[in-house]
Amino acid sequence: MNIPSSIVTLLVGIFVTLASLWYGQNHGLMPVAASAEAELVDGLFNTMMTIGFGLFLLVEGALVVAAVRFRRKEGDMGDGEHLEGNIPLEIVWTAIPAVVVLGISIYSFDIYTRMGGLDLMNHNMAPAEASSSVQVAYAPGEGDMPLMTNAANATAEVPAILVADATAGMGAIPGTAVGSLLSIDVKGLQYAFIFSYPNGIIDGELHIPVSQPVELNLGAQDVLHAFWLPEFRIKQDMIPGQDTRLVFTAIREGTYPVVCAELCGPYHGGMRTQIIVESPEEYQTWVDSRLTAMAAGDRTIANLPKAPADRSELEYLNNFVEPMQLAIAPESLAELQTHHTDYSPADYPHAEHHSLEMGS
Amino acid sequence: MTVTTAAKTPASDVPMLLGNERKWTDYFTFCTDHKVIGIQYLVTAFFFYLVGGSLATVMRTELATPAPDIVTPDVYNGLLTLHGTVMLFLWIVPAGAGLANYLIPLMIGARDMAFPRLNAIAFWMIPPSGLLLIGSFFFEPPTAGWTSYPPLSLTTGMLGEGIWIMSILIGGTASILGGLNFLVTILKMRVPSMSLTDMPLFCWAMIATSLLILISTPVLAGALILLAFDLFAGTAFFNPTGGGNPVVYQHMFWFYSHPAVYIFVLPLFGAISEVVSVHARKPIFGYRAIAYSSIVISFLGLIVWAHHMFTSGTPPWLRMFFMITTMVIAVPTGIKVFGWVATLWRGKIAFTSAMLFAMGFIALFLIGGISGVMLAAVPFDIHVHDTYFVVAHFHYVLFGASVFGVFMAVYHWFPKMTGHMINEFWGRVHFALTFVGMNLTFMPMHELGLMGMNRRIALYDPQFTDLNVLATIGSYIMAVSTIPFLINAAWSWRYGPKAPANPWRALTMEWRTLSPPHIENFEELPVLTTGPYDYGLGYIAEEDPAELYEHAVPAPVAG
Repeated sequence: MNIPSSIVTLLVGIFVTLASLWYGQNHGLMPVAASAEAELVDGLFNTMMTIGFGLFLLVEGALVVAAVRFRRKEGDMGDGEHLEGNIPLEIVWTAIPAVVVLGISIYSFDIYTRMGGLDLMNHNMAPAEASSSVQVAYAPGEGDMPLMTNAANATAEVPAILVADATAGMGAIPGTAVGSLLSIDVKGLQYAFIFSYPNGIIDGELHIPVSQPVELNLGAQDVLHAFWLPEFRIKQDMIPGQDTRLVFTAIREGTYPVVCAELCGPYHGGMRTQIIVESPEEYQTWVDSRLTAMAAGDRTIANLPKAPADRSELEYLNNFVEPMQLAIAPESLAELQTHHTDYSPADYPHAEHHSLEMGS
Repeated sequence: MTVTTAAKTPASDVPMLLGNERKWTDYFTFCTDHKVIGIQYLVTAFFFYLVGGSLATVMRTELATPAPDIVTPDVYNGLLTLHGTVMLFLWIVPAGAGLANYLIPLMIGARDMAFPRLNAIAFWMIPPSGLLLIGSFFFEPPTAGWTSYPPLSLTTGMLGEGIWIMSILIGGTASILGGLNFLVTILKMRVPSMSLTDMPLFCWAMIATSLLILISTPVLAGALILLAFDLFAGTAFFNPTGGGNPVVYQHMFWFYSHPAVYIFVLPLFGAISEVVSVHARKPIFGYRAIAYSSIVISFLGLIVWAHHMFTSGTPPWLRMFFMITTMVIAVPTGIKVFGWVATLWRGKIAFTSAMLFAMGFIALFLIGGISGVMLAAVPFDIHVHDTYFVVAHFHYVLFGASVFGVFMAVYHWFPKMTGHMINEFWGRVHFALTFVGMNLTFMPMHELGLMGMNRRIALYDPQFTDLNVLATIGSYIMAVSTIPFLINAAWSWRYGPKAPANPWRALTMEWRTLSPPHIENFEELPVLTTGPYDYGLGYIAEEDPAELYEHAVPAPVAG
């Protein structure tokens, strides 16, 4: 059988193209996409899988063919062809990857912009109190205050430079009305996430309404943590002393994991909670029920471990130092509860404003 | 015949001994012979590979079930920290340094390295550094990961962290001394007839590696010294409770540790360029492209570090800049991979163990390279950063390329180093087990990471159990795969058939002297008559040229 090599090349090209196009769409490697951002990222990933799988087939195929066709015959002591290179071919395989990675760069840049990654610069909504629990002993710029950008910050115990620097993370999708953001403060500590809602609710789980942009202001109390929502394809480190933020829009109701993705201690693997995406009505019902409970004097943080009646708090909290349980360092939890009992409406000046907005 | 000798006068009055001139005890002494030091490095590094591998096997055993039941999460973090540190700083770096030490002077026709005493000092820093680190496991292991990010690393125990810093400072110093030595040796000690573009590609790769070591390692030392101040003296360079910035540590750490991955892999890029050409009996395809791409990688490797920090507190412009530089580094790397495949094409491929490992290297490195380009894309990296996808990626690069590369190099140069042939059958068994085990362990990790499994965790969501069990089985196969190698290498070193000077009929200069070479490497100053890869031009190297033995006398039998 003697098939011209140009036809073989053509057939191989068609096969590789079809196979990679198919695989790029059908790899099934990503979890369900629950946010608008996730759909953008998945589009990028599918494209990269298509190109990557094609390259994989070509090079591994060439290796296998070479291994079979060009194996040394028994007793052959001669040399192969003296071929030192081929300049046009080398230019081609330099140029093609260069063009491909350039294309992926531009595509990634576009996706990143559409996700709101570049939107951070002109957006300064980081609340001053978010990092106030880091005891900053030394404030750069103290004294002559050239770095103070905001008179209100000057009275905060956090140096203004740290607050003004909240430019890391993901911003809102361009075109989103900033006023409509539901803004939730998230504090990471060993080994839990604490969510503070605008209307004063504090919870160990994240409840959000579907189809509404949500802003998370991320901070850490002790060490680095990372706030990861796998089904939403977004992640941002939580850094003690530096605020970061994430803005995203859920598009699918359901319950999904919230995962800490930065090594934060032995029970790092147990630092998980869940995000519950609800319809706006269900979300409002949840908010109302929590507000009612708080008005009735319930000061506990929901969905965090609580001490049973028959044991002292410290005894109980020691349990969480054991493996297999969601563990929170006793001191951290004690501190949190003190913080919470100090609650007064004055601490949350935006609370009323936000609940009005959601009612409308 | 390719070897011509310039002068017929022996270089010294000492009679040339025929092999075996080193007693086994010499390998435990402060010896300035680069060949002894090279083997000291390789054997020491292999010991630490077994240690790091054992740690990994315990970790995989723990991860066979979602609950932290085999070891406590505390111990698990100690395991993962030591596994990373041992494998990188005590296995891959010393193994690369060992190959470079052994091969560079032989490849360029020198009698030794430029600074032999410095060379020995550099090696003898490795055992204390390693023993210190491993010793820490028995009282208080460091548990903040091999990256040791503050503030966590400032709170996990002063002793373990202090030992970790000390150990890396010592190892880093050894690496700097080694890098300086390689660079000077290659630039200054080549035989006069060898221009830079006549050098074997391994030497080009070592120039690139040494530049990276010399530029970036001091920055790591600076970061670790500042971290030590934070730890012991209560300063606040990185400690946010005193106004320090933990993100600055990440910048300094990765300024070294990203170039470090090229320090880990470039020597093996060099070694594979030798192996594919010799065992396919064909010139390396695109010598200059492969040589210069090493230098380009070395330069670009210095400006990609913040791609490890896309989810840290980094501003958007910085993410975009480092995304583009990281993407671009795929181009010179691609040139190498295509060059190796084109070298095999229309060659006469002998499936020796060295060649099998070389082909495994190309196949696996390609996968790591593709996932590397994906990771460079910021929007995608934000999803998979710090997940098992990243673990899969860097094991395809570090295990698939670096470790396969070290084994490839050992099979290729074993006859030269020991004077005995290594058993090829068990070499192939070793390859098959390693290749299967490697893919079984690390391939499922891609999916785990994409689906939502974060890394560095002792306990995980039970939905990930199946793929983790698969990975654990793979890791056991890998653990078993070292046994045939270990026995084969030890047995062949002692009882293997006597190796000729040039068993592969290669053209580079290390094959033009005895196996093992005598103390001063070459009887007379060798003169270059062919390029390092001039196969197919009619030069056929002899396996065992008789004149090599003319001046040699048999060594006295070691008592």
